[in-house]
Amino acid sequence: MPETLWTVLKVFIVVNVVMLHVAYVVYFERKVIGHMQARLGPMRVGWHGLLQPIADGIKLFFKEDIIPSSADKPVFYIAPVIGVIAAIASFAVIPMWEGFSLANINIGILYLLALSSIGSYSIILGGWASNSKYSFLGGLRSSAQVISYEIAMGMSLVGVMMLSGSANLTDIVNAQSQTWFIVSQPVAFFVFLMAAVAETNRTPFDLPEAETELVAGYATEYSGFRYGLFFMAEYAGMFAMSAVATVCFFGGWKGPDVWFLASIPGVVWFLLKIYGFIFFYFWIRATLPRYRYDQLMGLGWKLFIPLALANIIFTGLIKLL
Amino acid sequence: MVPLSWYIILSAVVFSIGVIGFLTRRNLIMTFMSIELMLNSVNISFVAFSHYLQSMRGQIIVFFVIAVAAAETAIGLAIIIAYYKNNPTIKVDEINLLKG
Amino acid sequence: MTAPQLFFAYFAVMITVLSLLMITRRNPVHGVLWMLVLFVHIAGLYIFLNAEFLAAIQIIVYAGAILVLFLFVIMLLNLKKEETVKKFQKHWLVGVGTGIIFAVFSVSIVRKIEVFPQLGKYTIEAVKAEGNIMTVGKVLYTKYLLPFEIASVILLVAIIGAVVLAKKRIE
Repeated sequence: MPETLWTVLKVFIVVNVVMLHVAYVVYFERKVIGHMQARLGPMRVGWHGLLQPIADGIKLFFKEDIIPSSADKPVFYIAPVIGVIAAIASFAVIPMWEGFSLANINIGILYLLALSSIGSYSIILGGWASNSKYSFLGGLRSSAQVISYEIAMGMSLVGVMMLSGSANLTDIVNAQSQTWFIVSQPVAFFVFLMAAVAETNRTPFDLPEAETELVAGYATEYSGFRYGLFFMAEYAGMFAMSAVATVCFFGGWKGPDVWFLASIPGVVWFLLKIYGFIFFYFWIRATLPRYRYDQLMGLGWKLFIPLALANIIFTGLIKLL
Repeated sequence: MVPLSWYIILSAVVFSIGVIGFLTRRNLIMTFMSIELMLNSVNISFVAFSHYLQSMRGQIIVFFVIAVAAAETAIGLAIIIAYYKNNPTIKVDEINLLKG
Repeated sequence: MTAPQLFFAYFAVMITVLSLLMITRRNPVHGVLWMLVLFVHIAGLYIFLNAEFLAAIQIIVYAGAILVLFLFVIMLLNLKKEETVKKFQKHWLVGVGTGIIFAVFSVSIVRKIEVFPQLGKYTIEAVKAEGNIMTVGKVLYTKYLLPFEIASVILLVAIIGAVVLAKKRIE
C-alpha cells in the first residue's frame, strides 16, 4: 500500500507543478512578447503584474459557461477535457532527473506519439460540435494539419531511436552521456521542432486558431472555464513537446560535467532546457507571420517528411558503416 | 489465469456485433466502421493466441492486418467521396445505379 | 475471481458494450467517438497480453489516423440531413438474426478451446528480457521480410488510389 500511496502522491505533485507552470507561462509569454514589441506587458496586478495569471484564472472560472443552442452538447462538453488529459498524461513517461519518471515504460516514444494523436481529437471535435462556420473550418484545418505533421514528427524521432537502440526515454537520455543527439541528428531536430510547433498550433502554424481570419477557430464558441481548458491544453502541450525535445535531443537532465556545474542537480538543467524551448516558442511567435494553409501543407509533405526519411536512411548508413 | 477461450469468445461476440452493424446500418460510413470493428475483433484473438502459444506469429499478423485496414479505409473513403460528388447520398439502399 | 480475471472481465464487458453503442449511434461522429474509446480499451487488452508494441500501434494508427480520416470524411460530406432519416435498413431483422446465429455458432465452437501443448520459444520472460519491440522487429525483418515489403506496396497502392479517386478533375 505505501508504494501505491507514494505513486499517487508523485502524480499529484507532478500534475500540480505542470499546472503552475502553465499558469505562469502565459504571464511569461505576455511579458516576453511585450518587451520584444517595446511594450511592458502586464503591469497592474501585483508587482510587475505577477498576480495576473491568478486574476485571469479567477475571471475564467467565474464567467458564464455559454453553450450554443445548436451545439452537440455531450461532444461540446468533452472536447476540451480530452485535450487537457492528453497533454498532461504525456508527462507520465518523461524522465525528469536521474531515475525519476512516473512510469518508466519501454514504449515511451510511441506512448507520446499516441497521446499527441489523441490530443488532436479535442480540436477536431470542439470545432465540429460548436456548429459554427469558423469553428468548423478550424476543426477541418486542424485534422489535416495534425495528421500531416504527426508523420513528420514520428519519423524524426526514428533517428533518435536508431541511435539509442531503444524507445525508452530513460535509455535515450543515458545514450546521450557522451554527445547530445542534437549534434548527431541536427536534421531530425529541425524537423521535430517544426512539427512540434505545428502540433501545438502555435504561430506561425496556428491555422486552426488564426484569430485574424477565423475569429478564434475551434475555440470561437467556447467561453468561461471550457475556453480556459483549451488554453491549458495548448500550453501544457507546449511543455510536453519541449520536454520531449529536451529528452530526445538535448540530453534530458544531464548538464556539462565541469567544476561547480557538475554539482547542480539534474532537474535544474532539465527545467532550464525546457524554459529555453518555451522562450523559442514565444520568440518565433513575435517574429514570424502566419503561413498560408496550402504553404503549410506543402511544407509538411514536400519538405519535412522527405527530410525525415532521408535522415532515417542516412542514420542507417552511418550505423552500418 | 484467464483461460484462452474467454478471449476467443470475446472476439467472436464482438465480430458478430460487427456483422450485425454491417448488415443493418444504412449509412455507408457506419458500415465501414463495422468492418473495422470486425478486423479489430479478429486482432484480439490473434494477440491472445500469440500470448498463449508463446509465438510471435499472431502479433506479426496483427501488424499486417492494421496496415491493410489503413489501406482499405483510405481507398474506401476515397470511393465514398468520389461517389458522393456524382450522387449526393451515402445510404446503402439508395446506391442502386447498377440495378437493372 | 482472481485479479487478472476481474481485469479481463472489465475489458470484455466494456468492449462489448462500446461496440454495441458504436453500431447503434445515429450520428456517425458519435459512433467514431465510441469507437475511439473502444480502441483504447482494446489497446489495454493488448498490454494485458504483453503486446505493448501493438497497443501503441493500435492507438497511433487506428485512433490517430484511421478514425481521424473517418471524422474528416464525415465532416467533409456534412451529413446533417442523415440524422433525421431511418438509421437501419428495411431488412434489419435479417441482419440481426444472422449476427445472433453467427454468434451462437461461433461461441459454441470456440467455448472449449484449449492451448495446444506445443509451445513456442517466445515465453513471457524471454520477450521481457529482450523487449517487446526488439522481438517483434527481429521476427518482422527476418522471417517475415517479404510480407513486410508487400505490406508497403499495399500502402503505396492505397496512397495512389486514394489520390486518384478523390482528386477533383480539372476540365
